[in-house]
Amino acid sequence: MSSPESGSYDATEAAPHGKPRATEWPLWEVFIRGQHGLSHRHVGSLHAADAESAIKNARDVYTRRNEGVSIWVVEAAAIAASSPEEKGPLYEPSNDKVYRHPTFFNIPDDVGAM
Amino acid sequence: MYAQMIKSTGKGVKSLDEMEPEERAFQERINAGGKIEPKDWMPDGYRKTLIRQIGQHAHSEIVGQLPEGNWITRAPTLERKAILLAKVQDEAGHGLYLYCAAETLGVSRDQLTRDLLSGKMKYSSIFNYPTLTWADMGAVGWLVDGAAIMNQVPLQRTSYGPYARAMVRICKEESFHQRQGFDIMMKMANGTEAQRKMAQDALNRFWYPSLMMFGPSDKDSVHSAQSMAWKIKMNTNDELRQKFVDQTAPQAAYLGLTIPDEHLEWNEERGHYDFSEPDWDEFFDVLQGNGPCSVDRMEARNKAWDEGRWVREGLLAHAEKKRARKMAAE
Ligand SMILES: [Fe+2]
Ligand SMILES: [Fe+2]
Ligand SMILES: [Fe+2]
Repeated sequence: MSSPESGSYDATEAAPHGKPRATEWPLWEVFIRGQHGLSHRHVGSLHAADAESAIKNARDVYTRRNEGVSIWVVEAAAIAASSPEEKGPLYEPSNDKVYRHPTFFNIPDDVGAM
Repeated sequence: MYAQMIKSTGKGVKSLDEMEPEERAFQERINAGGKIEPKDWMPDGYRKTLIRQIGQHAHSEIVGQLPEGNWITRAPTLERKAILLAKVQDEAGHGLYLYCAAETLGVSRDQLTRDLLSGKMKYSSIFNYPTLTWADMGAVGWLVDGAAIMNQVPLQRTSYGPYARAMVRICKEESFHQRQGFDIMMKMANGTEAQRKMAQDALNRFWYPSLMMFGPSDKDSVHSAQSMAWKIKMNTNDELRQKFVDQTAPQAAYLGLTIPDEHLEWNEERGHYDFSEPDWDEFFDVLQGNGPCSVDRMEARNKAWDEGRWVREGLLAHAEKKRARKMAAE
């Protein structure tokens, strides 16, 4: 299995990446929430036969030094991702909406902190 | 380093003017310090070279577990055993991060593994040397991980996003590796006469193979220019080798050990140490698979793969059965 981000490619020395064979475990993306209340963050991926063992493997690889207190795993194939070609239409609309930023507004110094 | 003699395209580096618009935009992004992500357009050569380089790096982490794994059951104390075990486990993780990064380029993990096992893909020459005494655990952590760090720190800024991110994780763990190695060397170097001799012997055997890790001299590395333009190689081989010698020579002096090079000398004018080149014929020979442990290493990896087969298949069958049972119950 390849990551949700990968493209297909078949011109390497290695064989093309086709359907996973029966012996190849699916790929899981791993998300971990640290101790300090921030959201789960993508930390990497790993192969595992099922969700349960994916969590165990993630514990073994990605939380070896107190990195987190909560693990999410999701099969890479289940993730939908935006594509780079859409970069323009997806993100440009927000460029001209400068009023979404607090710095757009001039508040006199006399008002104090705001 | 862990990726030696990586072939990139045989053609010279193109100038921006010679490039088609797509490639030009790609190169300009790299020049500006931007990252290339898996779904972005990239030249064929960039993708191929990266698969070779990241794959070889990953294989090195995995095969690199063998020389150290050799001493886990014979570590002198329970604490040393736990530390070495943790270090070797970390290396498995490094291999995993790197395989995942290679997979984003569209190659499968199993295919990379098969190419290692068939001898089609290489791993670092350093892991074809034997670890004969406990002092070798010190020398490997101190010198081998030390050399790897020299290479991996700048790679955190490499142009390929997933590779750079894997390097950030790896570098966080590497300094533990080098320090535990140096700690062993300190103990041995300050121990009994027999221990000191063992430490010196380990340094004698690992010094030149460590210098070889950086790959052949710049004048003989034909593929560097393109990789450097792509920012998948950040420094030349000779640059990094010099940096390594400059860092390591004072550390050896601190240990009271002698680096086995009569020409090693501080050069005031250059502001660097002068030193002897390793035997490059030996290097090429080891890379061809004729190192003292080459056959052993490949046998060990093949055995692990073959004997692990029933586990891989069994767990998959079990997962399948559970899924079917759950479906039936719903
Ligand atoms: Fe490593
Ligand atoms: Fe290593
Ligand atoms: Fe290491």
